[in-house]
Amino acid sequence: MTKNLRVKTGKAIDETYRISFKFNGSTYYGFKGDTLASALLANDIHLVGRSFKYHRPRGIMTAGSEEPNAIVQLHDNSSRTEPNVRATEVEIYEGLEASSQNCWPSVNFDVGGINNFLSPLLPAGFYYKTFMWPASFWEKYEYFIRKSAGLGKSPTKPDPDIYEHKYIHCDVLVIGAGISGIMAAKIAAKNNLKTLLVDEKPNLGGSTIYQNSDHFKINNQNSGSWVEKEINEIKKLENLEIKTRTTVVAYHGYNFLLARQNLTDHLPIEQRKNKTRHRLLKIRAKKVITATGSIERPMIFDNNDRPGILLSSAIKKYADYFGIACGEKNILFTNNDSAYETAISLIEKGINIEAIIDNREEINSKLIYEVEKNNIKIFKGYTIIDTSGYKRINKISIMQLSKDGQKVVGSKINLSCDCLGISGGWTPAVHLFTQSGGKLRFREEDQVFIPNTYPSDQLSIGACNGNLTLDEILRTTPESLIKFLNVKSSDYDNLEVLSEANKFKRNIWLLPSNKVLGKTKSFVDYQNDATSKDIKLALREGFRSIEHVKRYTTTGMGTDQGKLGNMHALGIISETTGTKMGELGTTTFRPPYTPLTFGTIVGRNVGEYFDVIRKTPLHDWHIDNNAEFENVGQWKRAWYYPRNTEDMHQAVQRESKAARASAGILDASTLGKIDIQGTDASEFLNRVYTNAWSKLAIGKCKYGLMLNEDGMVYDDGVTTRLGENHYIMTTTTGGAANVMSKLEDYLQTEWPELDVYLTSVTDHYATISVCGSNSKKIISKIITDVDFSDESFPHMSFKNVKIGKISCRIMRISFTGELSYEINVQANYGKSVWEKCMEAGKEFNITPYGTETMHLLRAEKGFIIVGQDTDATMTPIDLQMDWIVSKKKYDFIGKRSLYRSDTIREDRKQLVGLLTDNPDEVLEEGAQIVGDIKKSPIEMLGHVTSSYFSPNLRKSIALGVVKGGKNMMGQKLTIPMEKKNINVTVSDPVFLDKENKKLNA
Amino acid sequence: MFIINCPFCGEREQSEFKAGGEAHIIRPKQPTELSDDQWAEYLFMRKNIKGIQFERWNHAHGCRKWFNLVRDTSNDEIKAVYKMGEKPPIK
Ligand SMILES: [Zn+2]
Repeated sequence: MTKNLRVKTGKAIDETYRISFKFNGSTYYGFKGDTLASALLANDIHLVGRSFKYHRPRGIMTAGSEEPNAIVQLHDNSSRTEPNVRATEVEIYEGLEASSQNCWPSVNFDVGGINNFLSPLLPAGFYYKTFMWPASFWEKYEYFIRKSAGLGKSPTKPDPDIYEHKYIHCDVLVIGAGISGIMAAKIAAKNNLKTLLVDEKPNLGGSTIYQNSDHFKINNQNSGSWVEKEINEIKKLENLEIKTRTTVVAYHGYNFLLARQNLTDHLPIEQRKNKTRHRLLKIRAKKVITATGSIERPMIFDNNDRPGILLSSAIKKYADYFGIACGEKNILFTNNDSAYETAISLIEKGINIEAIIDNREEINSKLIYEVEKNNIKIFKGYTIIDTSGYKRINKISIMQLSKDGQKVVGSKINLSCDCLGISGGWTPAVHLFTQSGGKLRFREEDQVFIPNTYPSDQLSIGACNGNLTLDEILRTTPESLIKFLNVKSSDYDNLEVLSEANKFKRNIWLLPSNKVLGKTKSFVDYQNDATSKDIKLALREGFRSIEHVKRYTTTGMGTDQGKLGNMHALGIISETTGTKMGELGTTTFRPPYTPLTFGTIVGRNVGEYFDVIRKTPLHDWHIDNNAEFENVGQWKRAWYYPRNTEDMHQAVQRESKAARASAGILDASTLGKIDIQGTDASEFLNRVYTNAWSKLAIGKCKYGLMLNEDGMVYDDGVTTRLGENHYIMTTTTGGAANVMSKLEDYLQTEWPELDVYLTSVTDHYATISVCGSNSKKIISKIITDVDFSDESFPHMSFKNVKIGKISCRIMRISFTGELSYEINVQANYGKSVWEKCMEAGKEFNITPYGTETMHLLRAEKGFIIVGQDTDATMTPIDLQMDWIVSKKKYDFIGKRSLYRSDTIREDRKQLVGLLTDNPDEVLEEGAQIVGDIKKSPIEMLGHVTSSYFSPNLRKSIALGVVKGGKNMMGQKLTIPMEKKNINVTVSDPVFLDKENKKLNA
Repeated sequence: MFIINCPFCGEREQSEFKAGGEAHIIRPKQPTELSDDQWAEYLFMRKNIKGIQFERWNHAHGCRKWFNLVRDTSNDEIKAVYKMGEKPPIK
C-alpha cells in the first residue's frame, strides 16, 4: 500500500511543499494543494469508509462537495473532533488527523459488514416494518441500531473556535467561479455594480481551469489558459470582492442568502489561534447570478459502489489538477462524450487505460477518434452488468445492450481493472435555484431538469442552466448577462470557440442485467444504501408520490442529499410507473447545500451571549448578599439567600417565617410597568380589565385581571391612578412585553378613537416591596413626613413621597397577605433606597427574600400566579375569582367568551386547594390528580400547580386544578406517584388569614 | 426573509416585524348580541389561503405600528402595504 501514484505535477500541487498527515492512525504524505482525498489516492488508498446500512466497503467517488462515500471524522481531540466531513473538500495541512466512520473495529475489518450478507433481510422500509412490534422490544432494538448505526462521533467538549456572522449587501452576487461565474463577475463589476463572487473551492476557475485540451479552445487558446487570464483580470477589478472557500448554503426569498466562509480549516491547528474559523455571511443581493455548474451522473448497475469506482470527471480532475493516477488499470464506462475527455487527459499523462465501455452503438466525434488512435479498445453498445473485488474493484463483466436498451444480449466478457470511471452525463446543479422557489422544467432531449421560472431577480447561467458544453456556455452566457444586468456590451461578444464534444447521450436510468433485479445491488443512493430494487419495492408496495418513495427508501436523505443519485431514482420511478419525468416533479432540495457546523449557525451567540440577560438595579446587592438566582424570561431574579450551610428549603422556610413574623424585603423591579395617559385612560382600562375602573379615585390602587378574547386569563397586576388621566399599570414579569403589544394592538386597530398613550417604563424604576407586621414602622423611619395611619394611607392606596431628596411612589399593596409597602424609585436610586430600608429594618430583623419565598407566601394566601396556576385554558370563573368579573360592564376583552357553551361547563378544571392527609408530605408540582384508583382506566381529574411546605401553617399546602373541583370541597382524591399513592383532601385555596386581618395589622 | 415596506418607516428586514394573522377581522361592536356560533366565527375562524392573503403585521422592533399587507403565500411576494383603517389597494 505504499505505491506512489503521483504521475506528473498537477496544476494545484506544490511539490516543493510536503505535508504529513494521519489517516486511521498511519502517517502518509501529500503536497500543498492536495485534498485529503487526492492525498489518499496518491497513496493508493481507495477504501475510506463503510456504507450506512450494509457496511459495504466504500471509496472516494468524486472530487467535490457532492461526495457521498468518503466522509471522515476529523481530529482526535474531544473538543475539535468533527464528523461527516467530505474527504474531497478537506485541504490537507501538517498534522491533519482523519479516520473512517461507521465501522467497528476498523475499516478493513468491520463487524457490521455482516449486514451485506444479510441484505436480503434488509429491504426498503425494513426498520419501519420490523422494529415496530412488539412495542416492548423497542428498547432492545434501539440498543443495537444505535450501536451499529451512526455517522461519526460528536465532540464532547466545548468548541474552542471562534465563529461569527456578517451581513453583506451587494448589487450582484455571483455564486460559483467557474467560467460562467467569472464572466458574470467581470461584466457586473466593470459596469459599476458592487459585485461579490463566491466559490466553495480554494481556487477560482471551476473545472475549466485545468483544461488544456486542443479540442476546447477560446480565441485560439486552450480553455484553461483563457480562464486563467480572465481570473488575473478580474482580481484587479475595483467593484469586485472575491471570496473563496465560501459555500452558499441557503437561498431564501427576496434574494437573501446564507454562505459559510471557511477561514482556517486549511491551516495547521497551531496557526488557527485567535482567528475566526467560519463566518456565516448573511447576504442580501439586489441581483443574484447562479453559476453553480453541474454534477456528473453515475450509472446504475449491479455492484456499482466498490472502492475504485469513481466518476469519470473525478478521475480527470485527480489527473489534471492533482497529478494523480487513480489506478494503474483504468476502465471508463460512459453513455456520452465526456469520458473521452478523461481518456485524453490520462493518455497525455501516460496513465494506462484498459478499455472504454460505451452504451452508445454509433458514435463519432473528434474526441473518440483521438482515443481510438491510441489503440484503446472501445466496447460500443455495451454495458457493465457486474463488478467484483470486495475492498477494491478488480474486475468488471460486460454484455452487449439490446437495440432498445432494455436487455443485455450475447455473451459475458470479463475485464480486469483496479479503477473504473463512470459517466452518465451531467445534471445541472439547480439546488440553490430550487431553494429560492424557482420552478424547473424537464428537457426531454437529454433528460435534465433546468431552471424555468425565477421567483426573484436572479439568473442561472452556464451548466446549472443546462448549457452543458463549452460552446453553448460561451454562445449564450454573455448575451443573457447583458440583458439581465441591463448593460450595453461585454468583453465576450465576439469569442471564437472550438468545442469538439458530441452532445449525444444514451440515457438509461437503470441499466439492464443478466440477473433478475432481486439478485442485484445497484446503488442509487450510495450514502444511504438505497438500491434500485428498494425503489421498485416501494412502488410495488403502493408508494406513488416521489416524496413518499424518498422517505420510505431513504433515497436522497443522507448528508449529501442524494446529489448523485436523485435523478436516477426519479428516472426509475418514472419508467416503472409510466409517468413522464416532467410530471413526476422532483423532491425538494433544502438548505443547507452542504452541512454547517453548529458553531457557524450560532456565531458569537454562545455562553453568556446566548441570550440577553436583564439585571435589576439591585442585582449587585443580591450578589454581595449571597443570593442564588433564578431565570425568569431574560431576567435574573434573586431566588433565595442561603445563609451558612442552608439549602434552598431551609433558606425559604427561614425567609417565609421572618416575612410574616416581622419584616421581609423583596426586589420586585422585574414586574412590568406601563405608563398610561390620555383623556380616555379610564375607559381603556374598563375595556381591557374584567372589573370596573371608572370609579377608582385618584391615589387608589386596584387589582385587575386581563383576559384574552377567548375568555382565558392572560395577565394580572395592580394598576394605580396617579392622576385624572394618568395610570401606572403593573404586569407579571414574564407577560410585560406581550401585554404591552396586546394593548397597543387594541388601541391601534380596534379603538383608534381612544385618546390613550402607552409607555413601557419597566426598566425606569426599581421596585422594593417591604412586608410584614413591622413594615409600617420601618417605612415610617425613612419617610418621616407622611401619615401612615390606616385612615390617611389605607390598603390599596398610593402617595408621592420623598426619601431624603429622592422622589418615590409608594403603594400600600400586598402580594403576601401581610401589611406591605411597595416603593417605586427611579432605577439609579434603587440600591440606595434598598439599603436605607435594610438599615431601618435592622432592629426588626428585616429579611431579604427571593422569588421562591414570594411564591410560598402568596400560595398560603391562595393568590394565583398567572402562568403557574393558570395555563391558557383557565377563565376567572375556573379560578374561583367570579368577584373580579363585572356583571355591569357592557363589554371588556373576553367577556362574551365567559358564557360560551364550553366555558360554562360545570366540569371544567377549577382551581382548588389541596391538603395532604400527611401534613409533612409535599406534593410534586405537575403531579396528576385522580379519583377512584380502582377504576380502570383511571380518570385523570387534574394536576397540582403549586406546592410548598408552609412554615407559617406548619403543614404542606398545594394548589391544583381539578375537574368540577369547585363542588368537591372536603372530598378525598388521590395523587398516584411512582412509589406510592398520596391521599389529599380538596380545600379552599386560601389557607391563611381568610379574613385578611393581617393586611391591617 | 422578506423585505417589508413599513408604511411609516420604509423598507426593513422581516426580522424587525411580527406577523399578526389575518387582516380585516373586525371585533364585533356588540359581542353580547351574538350567538355562540357568531362569536366563534369571529374568535376562531381564520383563512389559510394558498395565494393572495391579507395580513396584519406589526413593526415590533421599529415604530411599533400595526399595518396591513397583501401577500401571495405561494411565493411570498408582497403585493401591497397599507395603513390600518385604509382600504386594501387591491382586491
Ligand atoms: Zn415602521
